[in-house]
Amino acid sequence: MSALELRGLGRAYGERVALREVSLTLEEGRTLVVFGPNGAGKSTLLRILGTLLRPHAGEVRVLGDELPGDAWRVRGRVGFLGHDPLLYRDLSARENLRYFARLYGARETRVDALLGELDVLGRADEPLRTLSRGTVQRIAVCRAVLHEPDLLLLDEPTANLDPAAAELVAPLLARGTRVVASHDPERGLHDADVVLGLRGGRAEIAAPAAQVDVADVRRLYG
Amino acid sequence: MRTAAAVLRKDLRLELRTREAVPAMALFALTTFVIFHFGLDRRSLEGELAAGVLWVTLLFAAMLGVNRLFVAEREQGGFDAFLLAPVDRTAMFAAKAAGLFAYLCAVELVAIPAFVVLLLGPGPGAAFPELLLVLVLANAGVAVVGTLAGALAIQTRARDLIAPLVALPLLVPVVIASARATAPLLAEAGAGAFPAKWPLILALYDVVFGLLAYAVFDYLLED
Ligand SMILES: Nc1ncnc2c1ncn2[C@@H]1O[C@H](COP(=O)(O)OP(=O)(O)OP(=O)(O)O)[C@@H](O)[C@H]1O
Ligand SMILES: [Mg+2]
Repeated sequence: MSALELRGLGRAYGERVALREVSLTLEEGRTLVVFGPNGAGKSTLLRILGTLLRPHAGEVRVLGDELPGDAWRVRGRVGFLGHDPLLYRDLSARENLRYFARLYGARETRVDALLGELDVLGRADEPLRTLSRGTVQRIAVCRAVLHEPDLLLLDEPTANLDPAAAELVAPLLARGTRVVASHDPERGLHDADVVLGLRGGRAEIAAPAAQVDVADVRRLYG
Repeated sequence: MRTAAAVLRKDLRLELRTREAVPAMALFALTTFVIFHFGLDRRSLEGELAAGVLWVTLLFAAMLGVNRLFVAEREQGGFDAFLLAPVDRTAMFAAKAAGLFAYLCAVELVAIPAFVVLLLGPGPGAAFPELLLVLVLANAGVAVVGTLAGALAIQTRARDLIAPLVALPLLVPVVIASARATAPLLAEAGAGAFPAKWPLILALYDVVFGLLAYAVFDYLLED
């Protein structure tokens, strides 16, 4: 069974088409890296895969279940890390994560374990609005992997992280099947098993990483 | 249920910390009573007029709470994180309605005594249990409809306008029934007869809108 199967996926916001005719398959345990300039549709794709948006056209199977019909079966098996941390600013890291642990049915002991692993235990009781963007992003990573999801959906996961922090979160985000939106051709290609290059919502590239080189990716942005 | 309890606990904790809803609602009610006190040019109110002033003020105060209800979820992404969770979505509705109910009770704890002191002629002493019953039933109705309207409005741009615009007409029956029920309790010649009809209507309203909200809330959260 493939972890992801897209056939002719399309999505529009009102009149504006954000994705059209996107097709690909991704096997379990593999990494799909999505490239594309701003507004290409990367976040839209990730939100569809995470069941936050409905597909408007085509077929989407995630972890064997058809979207949007069986979305309820997919929820709880995906870990989503978007542009926004999806955390409450006036709650502390520990309060946020305990709350989400309850919602996601994760063990509460995992909260402190993860905070420790990402080196934020020292500030775990301060409200998030007093923390730096990078620190909040680390806590968002904790939130995304709290329930040990089978599929990780990562929208530019290291955007606010310094190199040391990026290294710290890497092992947490390096397991299972992954879909990663990226603007970094070299790193992205290095991580990828399959590459999707979007431009204006269309798949200009949809191929195994071995068949794609950095110049192909750069051309998307040109 | 466990999910609803978790969401409610989180909301109450946020409210205790940020004090965004309840103080604004209470302050609004108090200010309105003061304005009526000076604006009405009479020493004290009783009966139907007193009941009308009380319920209209409480209703508008409630709208402030309705407008705050989903703001943190929307602006800080709590909605998305909730939608990603493998939980029953009506838990969010139950938690928000329970939270709004609690806010209303807290506001009334301040507003009712202020109303008695500033505006009311006769003391409501003997009729207190009946008044309490009407308050609880009315709060439940406002909480259910307010939560529904708040959830509907949060997806729109002019949400501070949309929520009251949706909620107020739907809540007209609550105001009528509550005012009719309380008017005899606030009458000059001691408490008049308490008409059982109006509390029954309130209870019926609560049940109908509770079921309605339960049925449609899921769809309000869909994209
Ligand atoms: N909520 C929305 N309402 C209307 N249009 C939207 C919405 N979200 C995205 N769009 C539009 O859909 C298109 C794709 O946006 P998307 O956010 O998926 O791009 P992206 O590839 O993630 O870009 P970036 O690199 O800037 O994150 C854009 O044209 C954008 O304007
Ligand atoms: Mg994006």
